[in-house]
Amino acid sequence: MNINFYKYRVFAFIFSIGVLLFSTILFTYKSLNLGIDFKGGIMIEAKFDETPIISELRQKIENLNIGNSEIQEFGDPQIILFKLEDSSKDGLENSSVIEKFKETIGDKVDYRRVEFVGPKVGNELKIIAIKAILFSLVAMFIYIWFRFSGWQFGLGALVALFHDVISTIGFFSITQIEFNLASIAAILTIAGYSINDTVVVFDRIRENLIKSELEFSSLLNKSINQTLSRTFMTSITTLLALVALFIFGGEVIKGFVSAMIWGVLIGTYSSIFIASPLIVLFGYKYNKN
Amino acid sequence: MLKISKWNLFFILAVCISGLYFILPNFYGKSEVTALPSFFSKKQVNLGLDLQGGSHLLLEVDTRSVLKEESENLVDEIRGVLRKMKVKYLNLGSKVTGAVVTIKDEQMVSPVITELRKSINKQILIDNEANKLTLLFSEKMISDSRNRTVEQSIEVVRKRVDESGTKEPTIQKQGNERIIVQLPGVKDPDRIKTLIGRTAKLNFHMLDKTTVELAEQRGKFPAGTFKALNADPTAYEKEFLVKKRVLLTGDRLKNAAATVDAQTGRYVVAFEFDTKGAKKFAKITTENTYQRLAILLDNRVISAPQIREPITGGQGNISGNFSANAANDLAVLLRAGSLPAPIKVLEERTVGPSLGLDSIEAGKKALTIGFMLIIIFMIIKYRVFGFVADIAIIINVILLVSMLSAIEATLTMPGIAGIVLTVGMAVDANVLVFERIREELRSGRSIINSIELGYKYALKTIVDANFTTLIAALLLFNYGSGPIKGFAVTLSIGILTSMFSALILTKMIVSLWVLKFKPNKIYI
Repeated sequence: MNINFYKYRVFAFIFSIGVLLFSTILFTYKSLNLGIDFKGGIMIEAKFDETPIISELRQKIENLNIGNSEIQEFGDPQIILFKLEDSSKDGLENSSVIEKFKETIGDKVDYRRVEFVGPKVGNELKIIAIKAILFSLVAMFIYIWFRFSGWQFGLGALVALFHDVISTIGFFSITQIEFNLASIAAILTIAGYSINDTVVVFDRIRENLIKSELEFSSLLNKSINQTLSRTFMTSITTLLALVALFIFGGEVIKGFVSAMIWGVLIGTYSSIFIASPLIVLFGYKYNKN
Repeated sequence: MLKISKWNLFFILAVCISGLYFILPNFYGKSEVTALPSFFSKKQVNLGLDLQGGSHLLLEVDTRSVLKEESENLVDEIRGVLRKMKVKYLNLGSKVTGAVVTIKDEQMVSPVITELRKSINKQILIDNEANKLTLLFSEKMISDSRNRTVEQSIEVVRKRVDESGTKEPTIQKQGNERIIVQLPGVKDPDRIKTLIGRTAKLNFHMLDKTTVELAEQRGKFPAGTFKALNADPTAYEKEFLVKKRVLLTGDRLKNAAATVDAQTGRYVVAFEFDTKGAKKFAKITTENTYQRLAILLDNRVISAPQIREPITGGQGNISGNFSANAANDLAVLLRAGSLPAPIKVLEERTVGPSLGLDSIEAGKKALTIGFMLIIIFMIIKYRVFGFVADIAIIINVILLVSMLSAIEATLTMPGIAGIVLTVGMAVDANVLVFERIREELRSGRSIINSIELGYKYALKTIVDANFTTLIAALLLFNYGSGPIKGFAVTLSIGILTSMFSALILTKMIVSLWVLKFKPNKIYI
């Protein structure tokens, strides 16, 4: 198999810039469906003995006068997820909100999950999340730079990573899957997976550089082609594991897993079409001595 | 040439056996494990709160309130010094961590400073701008006070949680003024939350003879009294006029218990003072016989009984309108003592046992099915080599779980996802090797040579690639909390174990196979 990936770089760049722009616009205008981890508030997952009528529940919650609320089915008509706004600044008052809620909903319910995040913690978690993502990107950039002795490699990988992270945020925005702490874990894992792919290709480029006299762009192509079957194999096995998790892993981690599936696809794509061609674009010159 | 040294073989066997050794306890229940012979490992993987059910609370101690109190005490001290010196002053008041005062006579400023230095805490910094004095707590005083408040709060919270009957709670300090409370398997988190959140300052006052209504009609409260609400809003008496002076506090209590009053059949909380408290209580009840006592909890009246006779034994009952639970909780609060500062719940995450069980079931199912899919896929794609890779995956999972047990890690739902993902990614190392072997074969090398080179070339790539993933995992561990940390732990350990199983272990199996059967042609 010999596909001229390098030739398609312009299409790939245009496509990626499109994806990035689209993601940014989505993120700005539609924004993310922030979970209580970042927004603060109360989330309650309740399993009812008999399938409840959502409009009735909504009425009951509205009568409580505790601010905005969201009510949705959660994977099963008997399981309802409530999200209540954090209407007070005091943590203790919130426990009374939860108590009030439980009184209204009655006791023919199994409270499977009750989570409350105060606004202070929400803001802190936001900062931590941004730090974690930025630090890991920078750490990877530095590692690659040193390992492949060329900032072009490092920057190529970094741009590809930014591409993956931003388009994953776009994915969260368009699907409106809840963006929470697990989403941050998903983004970091995607970054790890994508860089893994990128390193495999880079490694082959480095090896070929020593042995081969080819022009750099052809050498790039050769390296991508040589590692292509591995790239696909690994994507397939990882996707198999993820699909199993998606179907059987339960509602709680569904959002996390769907982001991961997206990430494996976009990470594979970016290693082939973004990271490697960028090295040429950044003007990498191999010096045999 | 492919060679298997005895040491290599020994190492691999040793790793696999220790893997089995550490994974074994997980197949037994908690109580069964302790009954195992002493040479068995007793360490198990802990289930996270999201799997076994339970409550995670993040509390914040309002340490500023204690500093404010200390500032007010400082104001009292300053007032005392100034009065003694007969110095005229203006604008004496407290700040968040200190006090200010203006001395009228500028001549007196420096003698006042000298006198203050003698009588107040040496660590308080005194500054003056003309005749305006500023007294500030030093950084060390502030941090000491903060630490003390948090430590005391942790003690009280721990007592309350223990008394409430929660099994194996974890209570830890986090950062400067936060406390993490983890309550595995707790059934009624709301009750514990209220229990923890109460300041529970118990004070004994006397009631004033006038009632609130009378005082309000007159438009003036008697000197030294204040209005306090009844803790039970449904009671007949809504408000009380309470004398400000605190006669006795809950600190002097030795014991408290919920019991049923023999006469009324109602729940009451029986309490007992220590020797000093009992003496004081005797004095109070003797001096104020036939008057009404006011027992205040967090500035609300929980009981206002009439003293019928002097109580000299240091024992008494609090008879509010209690339910069994309320009486019990009050007894717990009284036994554990009051919090030095108010506590706020910043974060709560509670998972009920049913969701935990469902998650475990879902995790097991996803793990098995994902596992099977990969195993079948590998055999279809790589035949014998796929089979070898499958052995490696299985051993990888065994090693991963055994390492998790050895460090007694906490397994969370994202952690299970981490295992499944590691399986997917562990295959990657093998795929890299196999693809490389295939390439070398195509370029016309011998089987043995290709295998040798395949492992050699792939090694560098695998180390580089895994190292970057490890960076992401370590950062996740550093910044993540709870369940996410669990994911980072399984992912990091999974990367390490997969390097062993995919590189060292499969190399040995493949070498043994090739040397034994000497195949002319291999399918890969």
